[in-house]
Amino acid sequence: MLGFVLRRLLAAIPTLLAVLTLVFVIVRVVPGDPALVILGDQATPEATAAVRERLGLDRPLLVQYFDFLGSALQGDFGNSLVTNRPILSEVRAVLPHTVDLTLASMVIGVAIGVPVGIWAALNRNGVIDVMARLLSLIGLSFPVFVSGVFLLLAFGLHWRLFPVIGSADLNDPLDRLHKLVLPAMTLGLLMAAYITRVTRSAMLQSLGEDYMRTARAKGVPRRRVVWVHGLRNAALPIVTVVGLYVGILLGNSVLTEIVFNRPGLGKIIVGALNQRDYPMLQGLLVIYCFLIVIVNLITDLLYGVIDPRVKAA
Amino acid sequence: MATPVRGCRIPQRNTGGNCGQAVDEPSGSAAMTTTAALELIGLRTEFRIGGAWYPAVRDLSLRLERNETLALVGESGCGKSVTALSVMGLVQPPFGRVAAGSILLDGMELAGASEKALETIRGDRMAMIFQEPMTSLNPVMTVGDQVAESLMIHRGLSRGEALERARALFEEVKIPSPAARLREYPHQFSGGMRQRVMIAMALACEPAVLLADEPTTALDVTIQAQVLGLLADLRERHGMAVLFITHNLGVVAQIADRVAVMYAGEIVEQGPVDVIFADPRHPYTRALFAAIPRLDQAEQELSAIGGRVPPLDQMPEGCRFAPRCPLAQAGCELPQPLVALAATHAARCHVTTAAVMHA
Ligand SMILES: Nc1ncnc2c1ncn2[C@@H]1O[C@H](COP(=O)(O)OP(=O)(O)OP(=O)(O)O)[C@@H](O)[C@H]1O
Ligand SMILES: [Mg+2]
Repeated sequence: MLGFVLRRLLAAIPTLLAVLTLVFVIVRVVPGDPALVILGDQATPEATAAVRERLGLDRPLLVQYFDFLGSALQGDFGNSLVTNRPILSEVRAVLPHTVDLTLASMVIGVAIGVPVGIWAALNRNGVIDVMARLLSLIGLSFPVFVSGVFLLLAFGLHWRLFPVIGSADLNDPLDRLHKLVLPAMTLGLLMAAYITRVTRSAMLQSLGEDYMRTARAKGVPRRRVVWVHGLRNAALPIVTVVGLYVGILLGNSVLTEIVFNRPGLGKIIVGALNQRDYPMLQGLLVIYCFLIVIVNLITDLLYGVIDPRVKAA
Repeated sequence: MATPVRGCRIPQRNTGGNCGQAVDEPSGSAAMTTTAALELIGLRTEFRIGGAWYPAVRDLSLRLERNETLALVGESGCGKSVTALSVMGLVQPPFGRVAAGSILLDGMELAGASEKALETIRGDRMAMIFQEPMTSLNPVMTVGDQVAESLMIHRGLSRGEALERARALFEEVKIPSPAARLREYPHQFSGGMRQRVMIAMALACEPAVLLADEPTTALDVTIQAQVLGLLADLRERHGMAVLFITHNLGVVAQIADRVAVMYAGEIVEQGPVDVIFADPRHPYTRALFAAIPRLDQAEQELSAIGGRVPPLDQMPEGCRFAPRCPLAQAGCELPQPLVALAATHAARCHVTTAAVMHA
């Protein structure tokens, strides 16, 4: 197992390097001089040169590249142009909010999606199956800024169960949870819609497999056949796809954070875009990619836990 | 559960009342006095195709005694697997159903039994070895746990005890270094070894009836001979009744006491191995012998007969073999009864048995 983990960790390194290189290239290739962006169009050549020197843009590209790699690997992405504070500390300040949101919505998505998907598969083409498919289709077709506003209007304004604005105090777990409910529901229901579909099809697939018949031939009770023999095999595609959905989840968390006015990575990425805070964008890009690489790594490791054939390969 | 009453007097759901066919029970009167390990009477199993139900197995009756191997032979698609699956209660709605007939396991009616009742019997008093060793084992469970599972369910053993018993079973089916291999997964096993695991699994609770569905078809010739030897050995030791499904007559000669030849869902001929081999009566049985594969060659389909088994929804009236039969003549379009030629030998052909249907 340890060897497997190490191999997967090593395999993630080239991915990370590629991401960093790509970000570096994009920032240099995109038209427009960062110095001009910072100073505005009316800047004098002297001022521009000074800024370029300060940013190190006057040095050879290769030197800049290795410098960038070196600092990025140490978590140093420079300072925000707007606040002039280190980007990493800006990110660290809001990261718990985003982690709260993504984890909670993932839990909601799995808790709803997996049982409903299994239930639907067991009742293929029955009422439950048709309902589940219809509901998940509806869930998928509502953008979070619509469903989020909907939940806000219903539970925030009409019934006033949950706060409308959500900047939680990180040191107060109850407050944190209270303000998490609506945004997490918004994203969680979307995840549930996706996960229901994957679970249903993965389960249908494994229900038709020969080993399920073997299990029944042994006299294994129906429920155990489904939940142990079936689900353990269906878990492979489910985990893979859920891992892939984390990308979708992060994308939608940006929208959710805006709808609920929650602090988080999404909020600062939009802020950085509006204010043309290029170092910030560059840093956030790397951090997002890093998060996704981590999630993929976890997915791979889970895969190794679930499927004995993966370790052998 | 149904009471242990025998034969046709048991009330059946949607029975066509077809269990009264005069000569459909060719067993001698001595055999009739004892309870068979497994007895099928007028079994009819149907599948739904495009909204209508068609029988894949029709009016099938057979007796399987203790310590006996009955070979069920016939070419691909004739309903051998469906017969075994019907006995196990593994023909599933919504697309399949046992529509009529009795399935008596040691006199106990299984047709129409509840799923719960069947769960307590499957894997315990009867077990099945499947045709496909490569896909019939759960890829994400160790083989040890898969063998142990039925012991834990039916015998109430703890996991440790069950695994210990599984190790003994592995030894019995001659899997080398059993203790280590218990902890391995199916993908680490070859086809022959997987089939041994399947056999160990089937034997775990010492079933009275073993349904072996082409247990050696997927294996190469030397492994096949080993597995056959092993099965014969185990049957002897456990006194099981074995329904051995195959389309290899070479295998039949080696392992079976009696043979039932199936064609298009029906038994067309039935009798002791030596009688069937010496004096096959049904033209289909004769055609099978013309196409007999040898045990020292790779197993092959029984393809020397021209044409194919008709699809379920296009069965001819009367004799189902008539369209392919060299002896086809007037009268073949009438329903064909299974005619007793001797106490233990019967065939379903009015031409070769010179029997005419009067009904
Ligand atoms: N689930 C099913 N749905 C519809 N038809 C089925 C189903 N299972 C079996 N059949 C049909 O029943 C008939 C008998 O099939 P069966 O599997 O019993 O054949 P077999 O004698 O075991 O053949 P083989 O030697 O290839 O294993 C075939 O025509 C097959 O198409
Ligand atoms: Mg078959």
